[in-house]
Amino acid sequence: MTQYRVLPGPEHFLPPSAASMGICLPNPGEAHINGVIVPEEKAYEEAAKQFLMAKVPTIFPGPLVLWAWNEKAAKKATAVRHLYNTLKECAQPGQTPMLIPMPDYRPKYPKINPEVEINPNHPNLTIWHNKIDCCMFIGVHCHQANLSLKIIRGGTSCYTIAMCAQAGHEDAMLSFRDASVEKIMKLAEWVRKLKGTVQPRLTSAKSGASN
Amino acid sequence: MSKERIKISEDLYDIMPSDYQDLVKSATYGKEDRGWKDIGNSKELIEQHSLCAGCPESMAFRYILASLPNPEDTVMVGSTGCTSLVFPMVAVHNIHSLFGNQNAIASGLKRALSVRFPGRTKDVVVLAGDGATVDIGLDMTLQAWFRQEKFTTICFDNELYANTGGQESGLMQKGFVAKMAPVGKLFDKVRLPEIARESGCHYVVQCTVSKPSLIEKVVRNAVMIAREIGPTYLQLYTPCILEIGKNSMEGLQEMRDSEKPTERFAYKEYISEPAKQLLAEVTAKDKEKKAAAKQLASQEA
Ligand SMILES: Cc1ncc(C[n+]2csc(CCOP(=O)(O)OP(=O)(O)O)c2C)c(N)n1
Ligand code: SF4
Ligand SMILES: [Mg+2]
Repeated sequence: MTQYRVLPGPEHFLPPSAASMGICLPNPGEAHINGVIVPEEKAYEEAAKQFLMAKVPTIFPGPLVLWAWNEKAAKKATAVRHLYNTLKECAQPGQTPMLIPMPDYRPKYPKINPEVEINPNHPNLTIWHNKIDCCMFIGVHCHQANLSLKIIRGGTSCYTIAMCAQAGHEDAMLSFRDASVEKIMKLAEWVRKLKGTVQPRLTSAKSGASN
Repeated sequence: MSKERIKISEDLYDIMPSDYQDLVKSATYGKEDRGWKDIGNSKELIEQHSLCAGCPESMAFRYILASLPNPEDTVMVGSTGCTSLVFPMVAVHNIHSLFGNQNAIASGLKRALSVRFPGRTKDVVVLAGDGATVDIGLDMTLQAWFRQEKFTTICFDNELYANTGGQESGLMQKGFVAKMAPVGKLFDKVRLPEIARESGCHYVVQCTVSKPSLIEKVVRNAVMIAREIGPTYLQLYTPCILEIGKNSMEGLQEMRDSEKPTERFAYKEYISEPAKQLLAEVTAKDKEKKAAAKQLASQEA
């Protein structure tokens, strides 16, 4: 068994892919936290905690939910919005939940506007600019999510969650698999359930990966 | 077709950057008679560009993107060079290929699309510089034409390798001295339009991009003919103002000067017999449509 753990960075420039360090993907009904396989229920609790602890908890919806390319996608978008609204409702003073889209995967020249979007080729810009210390990817195609999660782990101290519709992401610090409307709603429920039981991390000016 | 396929999820609409919202609201996807006149009246399929200020390649991009007959079902294949810096800002599916490989990629893509979407018209358009088309990619360019692959090849001819600082290209004119080709070119400009004709292209045009209406016409013809008959080729003069020492405002005049009947970019056109027939049919159909619309309007009046 590998001793490697997928932890908030900055790990270093060009961190290894977690898979190459022996991290395995969860089976259906499971998730992973820091690379350790856990029952899915445990991951809901941990993800909700991380959101409630964060100064700037952020959801990054990708093209698979931003575009209503089928009915399921539109429903997932509604669930994402619900989760964001829940984060806002449960936020304590000093916490600023954000919802920032990843509309495109192509590196944009001359630059993206980090206030309104995130790009997988330099996600650190958006994370640094907004001092995001916990984020969740949803609706991002796997290969782009892997690339982006690795860059975030390499250069920032942001905690990453993947709500993946396929088999999950080794490079996230916490990953669900087989994402569905129900799972997103359930995570929102957990956030509500844990509201008030988690101390927000408001003191550290560095919490937002400004390093 | 058209905009039905590009809807932003309602619950996330407000967070989409405004350029995507504008595309959905007022781009001309699905508009049958789209063309250069839409520029200024609707959202263009190019957001911005990172070319040098005044580079004629940017004009060419705008006219071509406004004129593609079927942008929502078109895939463009690009190659390394100044053009490749623009593609991330283009709202048409596109693939960046390894320098010179563009016509090989487009061949496979076109075939795959016709297997994957048998009932749907899918256009493939290659857009690459002269270095990619005529030098490093010449093998791929010619082989695609020999095989009668059904897609359009557009070459932005700026007569040198602009993106790497001005090296000699096959399409450079004889005697020209560039920043990184100080001796001056010893050979003639490659006659690619003639080679294209002999290699099996059914529609070949060489011109400048000084007139948007002309670009609209040749792009539409090239795409239609490639769709129905076989390979087509457009060679468009997009002078590198940086390398020839012109100011931002002088690109247009440079093109006008070079397209005079005695100059090297005088309009040149070749159309095969089957392509001529197709164009005649398209024109006849257009006329019929217009007449029917006129009749309907007079009946309603
Ligand atoms: C396989 C490969 N060889 C060489 C290069 C270097 N290279 C980048 S752009 C370029 C020249 C592009 O010239 P052209 O196709 O005429 O496009 P332009 O920049 O003039 O529009 C070259 C040689 C590369 N990127 N890849
Ligand atoms: S280097 Fe030349 S071709 Fe390239 S963007 Fe500048 S003017 Fe245009
Ligand atoms: Mg060139």
